[in-house]
Amino acid sequence: MEEIRMEYYLIISTLMLFIGIYGFITRRNLLAVLISVELMLNSVDINFVVFNRYLFPDHLEGLFFSLFAIGVSAAETAVAIAIIINIYRNIRSIQTRELNTMKH
Amino acid sequence: MDYSNFLYMREELSLVAVMVILLLYDLFAPERSQRRFQLVACILFGVHTVLNLFPHEEATAFGGMYVYRPMLTVLKSILNVGVLIVFLQAHAWLESEKAVIRRGEFYFLTLSTLLGMYFMMSAGDFLLFFIGLETASIPMAALVAFDKYKHKSAEAGAKYILSAVFASALSLYGISLLYGTTGSLYFDEVAAGITGSPLQIMAFVFFIVGMCFKISLVPFHLWTADVYEGAPTNVTSYLSVISKGSAVFVLMVILMKVFGNILTEWRGMLYGVIVLTITVANVFAIRQKNLKRFLAFSSISQAGYLMLGVISANALGMTSLVYYVLVYMVSNLGAFGVISVIEQKTGKVTMDDYNGLYKTHPYLSLVMTLSLFSLAGIPPFAGFFSKFFIFAAAASEGYYILVLIALLNTIISLYYYLLVVKAMFINPSESPIAPFRSDNYTRVSLVACCAGIVLLGILSVVYQQISLFSFGM
Repeated sequence: MEEIRMEYYLIISTLMLFIGIYGFITRRNLLAVLISVELMLNSVDINFVVFNRYLFPDHLEGLFFSLFAIGVSAAETAVAIAIIINIYRNIRSIQTRELNTMKH
Repeated sequence: MDYSNFLYMREELSLVAVMVILLLYDLFAPERSQRRFQLVACILFGVHTVLNLFPHEEATAFGGMYVYRPMLTVLKSILNVGVLIVFLQAHAWLESEKAVIRRGEFYFLTLSTLLGMYFMMSAGDFLLFFIGLETASIPMAALVAFDKYKHKSAEAGAKYILSAVFASALSLYGISLLYGTTGSLYFDEVAAGITGSPLQIMAFVFFIVGMCFKISLVPFHLWTADVYEGAPTNVTSYLSVISKGSAVFVLMVILMKVFGNILTEWRGMLYGVIVLTITVANVFAIRQKNLKRFLAFSSISQAGYLMLGVISANALGMTSLVYYVLVYMVSNLGAFGVISVIEQKTGKVTMDDYNGLYKTHPYLSLVMTLSLFSLAGIPPFAGFFSKFFIFAAAASEGYYILVLIALLNTIISLYYYLLVVKAMFINPSESPIAPFRSDNYTRVSLVACCAGIVLLGILSVVYQQISLFSFGM
């Protein structure tokens, strides 16, 4: 059976990164922005695992890095959602256009 | 496993001990001794600072994951003193009715960010570096959103955490490409594997963009002003001094140790970033009316000056960078101390409120003036010497035009710093801020800042001591 080539994984992860960046800039809802950022973090995890599996299979550095990255991104999401809930309690909305009290 | 490796992590261990003691004290101490919580916290942290004042010999632990160099003790001690000053200034705010119930959290979160910065500075591997970076920035977001019932604080917290995660995702993508091209995450092995191929240059660009977000260099500075304005003032001072100083130092070490092979490429990138940072931040600072926003832009431009030390990439650059961090710390904390005590007592933060401050608060105006003079770099004060050394470091590598641009910007910055001084001493005001008594903790911290501003430049022994430990490429 033929193995899937490494490039296909890299194409997927690069696409995910740029979809994430695009979403981060264009989404109007804080949760959607958070999802976009998570997409970027996940693309990194794919990269690490794929590089490890295909290029350096005798070490496990990449796998471990992706495990740590997943843990840290979970912590980040938890704090971010707590802050978003706090915003909702204050102004009853999580639309980015409402977050404009500080300007100039 | 060899547990003796932990002995090399003296600073981290004693900081963790302080954190655990404070957490238990906050949870279990009886009501009566709770009142002394802040005093205990300051004393414990002071003991930690004194214990770790003296450097020991160079060492690596955990197979090169953790690297200790004597220079790190110098920088960690500087950061410790800064944190101590922040604690003293936060005393009055944390005693106020709204914050008193959560003061233990403030100390714990602040110390955890400091622990993250320690790990980040001592990292010898991208994994530990990344964990340190995140340990420094996740509790920071909680601190920025500390004023739970204020809309501004929550808004600043959201802006901070989202841009911080965005930045670290970009950095991580860069690190993953570096891993793919070199096959390792250890700084030494990555450095040996860097040949300057296009993929590696792209990885480097991703990495440095993420770091520039953290240090808030132009064009990645857009979050800074909002976060500084919305966060509680003491958190803002912590954010502007401690986390910026450590991040710039780490960036310099990584650029020198890991990306030494593509020196000309990253110098070219930094050149543009520095010119943009200093100029744009200065121009925007002129039109600010809110003093916290004003100091936000001022700190962006100061970060640009700090990068002059990074671009030189030699021992002189490192010495002047650490010295600059020290001087910038006392000056900025002096200014923020005044703003914080006035905001605490009266709730006023705009420049117009400071009209005629000299009439009612001569000492506070004096501290503010000294700090701003030092930030602007007026000769007898420490700020002049730190700017002089950092310009000398950049000039030693032949960056004359860059130094000239930075010098011209110093003149612009003098204009807006003096606007505040003018407001305090010259502008007439019908209703200046009413006289009040500031608490003893704030007074001690402001006296310490003033002493630093006046003495650090004159006592040449400080600079010499730092330069003993510095290392270049």
